[in-house]
Amino acid sequence: MSQIIFFLLFLFLLLRTEFRGSLAASGSDIRLPYPVGLFFQLDPLVALSNALASHALYRGLLWSLAILIPTMFLGRFFCGWICPLGSIHHFFSSFKSERKRGKQLIESNRYKRWQTTKYYLLIVALLAAVMGTGVVGWLDPFSLLVRSLGLSIIPATNYGLRAGLSVLEHSRFAPVQTLGGVLHFILGALLLSFKQPYFRQGVWLGVIFIFLVALNFRITRFWCRALCPLGALLGIVSRWSVLGLVKHPEHCNDCNRCLLRCQGGDDPIGGVPWHQAECHLCLNCVDECPEHGLQFKFFPAQKAIGANLQRRKVLTGLAAGAALVPLVRATPGFAAERHERLLRPPGALDEEHFLSRCIRCGECMKVCPNNALHPTLTEAGIEGLWTPVLVPRLGYCETSCVLCSQVCPTGAIWEITPKEKGWSVDVAGAAKPIRLGTAFYDRGRCLPWAMATDCIVCEEWCPTSPKAVYLRPAEVIDAAGNVKQVKQPYLDPARCVGCGACEHACPVQDRPAVYVTSVGESRSRTNQILLNRRKG
Amino acid sequence: METDNILSRREALIKLLRVAGASAGAAGVGLWLSEHSWRPETALAMTVKHGHTVAPDPKLPEMAIIQGDDPAQLARQAIEELGGMRRFISRGDVVLVKPNIGWDRTPEQAANTNPDVVAEIVRQCLNAGAKRVIVTDVSCNDARRCFQRSGIAEAAQRAGADVILPDPARFKEVDLQGEVLHAWPVFDPFLNVDKVINVPIAKHHGLTGTTLGMKNWYGMLGGQRNQLHQRIHESLVDLADFVRPTLTIIDCYRILLRNGPTGGNLEDVLLKKTLVAGTDPVALDAYVAKAYWNMEVDALPYLKMAAKRGLGTYQFENVRTRIKKLA
Repeated sequence: MSQIIFFLLFLFLLLRTEFRGSLAASGSDIRLPYPVGLFFQLDPLVALSNALASHALYRGLLWSLAILIPTMFLGRFFCGWICPLGSIHHFFSSFKSERKRGKQLIESNRYKRWQTTKYYLLIVALLAAVMGTGVVGWLDPFSLLVRSLGLSIIPATNYGLRAGLSVLEHSRFAPVQTLGGVLHFILGALLLSFKQPYFRQGVWLGVIFIFLVALNFRITRFWCRALCPLGALLGIVSRWSVLGLVKHPEHCNDCNRCLLRCQGGDDPIGGVPWHQAECHLCLNCVDECPEHGLQFKFFPAQKAIGANLQRRKVLTGLAAGAALVPLVRATPGFAAERHERLLRPPGALDEEHFLSRCIRCGECMKVCPNNALHPTLTEAGIEGLWTPVLVPRLGYCETSCVLCSQVCPTGAIWEITPKEKGWSVDVAGAAKPIRLGTAFYDRGRCLPWAMATDCIVCEEWCPTSPKAVYLRPAEVIDAAGNVKQVKQPYLDPARCVGCGACEHACPVQDRPAVYVTSVGESRSRTNQILLNRRKG
Repeated sequence: METDNILSRREALIKLLRVAGASAGAAGVGLWLSEHSWRPETALAMTVKHGHTVAPDPKLPEMAIIQGDDPAQLARQAIEELGGMRRFISRGDVVLVKPNIGWDRTPEQAANTNPDVVAEIVRQCLNAGAKRVIVTDVSCNDARRCFQRSGIAEAAQRAGADVILPDPARFKEVDLQGEVLHAWPVFDPFLNVDKVINVPIAKHHGLTGTTLGMKNWYGMLGGQRNQLHQRIHESLVDLADFVRPTLTIIDCYRILLRNGPTGGNLEDVLLKKTLVAGTDPVALDAYVAKAYWNMEVDALPYLKMAAKRGLGTYQFENVRTRIKKLA
């Protein structure tokens, strides 16, 4: 029950991680009405990684103590009662399958050595955080869930529902049309996005997620038992827990029923020690035991096993974590050869700090009203996989919008105001506008330059004032030899903020005649062109 | 033993019949499908062109220029001078009011139409007996942000209008029957209304110098409208000819003098506290261009093209005009 409530709360907040607009409000600054980052703020793994990387805790992450401290006293109640990803796995684990029947099910629910994998993953990820990279987010359950649902499953659902509704609404039969209209209205209020979102890598994120969920048909909650680094962290801190399972061996008649619905694979059965660090506190074993031989008690007198780590593997994990960052950074990319299209969201810290904080969760991408932010594949190097990149052709950065900085849970995109962004004033004269990059013209493809044709849509869309795109009248000769007057666009780097509106609006659809590259981004000291980019 | 492996005649017949039925079905479906193969073509555009104008009245002015402090009062007075809203709206009409809600800007930045003007026009239409008043636009920036931050959605809805955001699923391919514009996706609320009121804002524009009334019709199109700049004057006339609005009210309360049509910088905004309303869209554009940008008719070739197409006259001096300054 509590799992359902928390899952629905999570889903609600995720669906509301979208600017929906209000016809009844005309606020000048737009903010999201719900605390959509709540679950991240409750996540001790995100907090720990953030603390290790930045030697501080970003806004709201202190709330994670509300999960961490009770876990110290009670154990992994979070995994069994709150975690929305755990609830999904729980739900899919409950389906019967060939491999999980009778004796096989009981055997599969016994404690296995491979369940310690998650601890070693945790060690690697935390050491990587110390070394300055936030890759823990690849596996953090909230990151994984937001990224998978927000960038893949929800957009796909949206696509499917809209396609279905469209069939109904274009039906030849009036009642079916009405039904379609009613359904559209209901789904529109509950679920549908305002416009169909598209995300790069969406299909892979979805396939990975579906694969992880499908594993539950083989082994109950495989993700939670073997891979989840948050579960591992909570398992480690639960070693001092004062709540524990007490087995009464005198009642046990080896019926094995306690293993039937065991979630964590923690051996509640008699005759072997209980694995406290694996237990999700689902209490199914207490429920199942026909002899009432199992009880959860405060200050149990029986000895339980904690995380059960092997020193050699811990050392290997530490070594792997320590080696990870030097290894990936010894390839060009991070410092030596930046990807020209690595445009980061406004407010993003310089690349070094950005990579150490970003947990690749995709909140910024989910919230962007222009669908401009996408997960990277190779643009930011292997280490930067699934970090956000602005793709102007798909969506530009809106002048007054700072929603990505509002939802970022770790401060990789530091929270800014539209005023700090500084795009509504004279950019050239402003103190420190945020610049994402610089626009360049491809005169071989630009209509007034190459085809003697009027255009300047880029100038029309340029949001700064005075505009960064400026026009000069020119006489050109068309194919027939006629002299024509056109206006040709030029770019003033002092005024360009790299928002990408010009690239987005350019009518040369496939490869725009104006495009933004990252050089000149204000977050970097080194990725610059001009000695002095300001006016004068 | 042997007999067990041999089917009875009856079973064999049934089996044969089943296979024959399946193959006949497959052959039938195949034949039927093979006759239905043709190269996919996009659906033909609909032709729905119809004007929205009302009969001229020689006793009433064709243009009203009103100055004053309160935008809503200006709108009220302008309509009053032209003969009152009842002249334009009949009982039971469905009216579409088309402001400029193109950009993610606040009213002070003067990139979108003044929300008070829009709300007052909605109220006037409803008072004149309109059944339904739609306020919509196909924004350039994200529509949700534009509708909210312009203040128009809230103001219009409070006045009783149906505010419709541009839903990508609601565009219809329409033959605009123009000289350069033919099949284009048009936002469907524009297609089946009785009256259309154009409420643009006067702004600077890099390509043509200004963007006024006729340029506002870009906002009913979807598709690749960034191509229209290539033949901007012909496009403007084609669109104006397609719509032929009932009434045009150009918002010059705040005008965007430079860096239009997006603006943003408050230094580009000039407070003019004026509304220019009328039934002749060509004369209105010609007047505002001259009054605020000092642009002659020849600087805006679309004006003469529009006049040639019978949309109005660019000689605004010859138009019956009422000028009024409110205290």
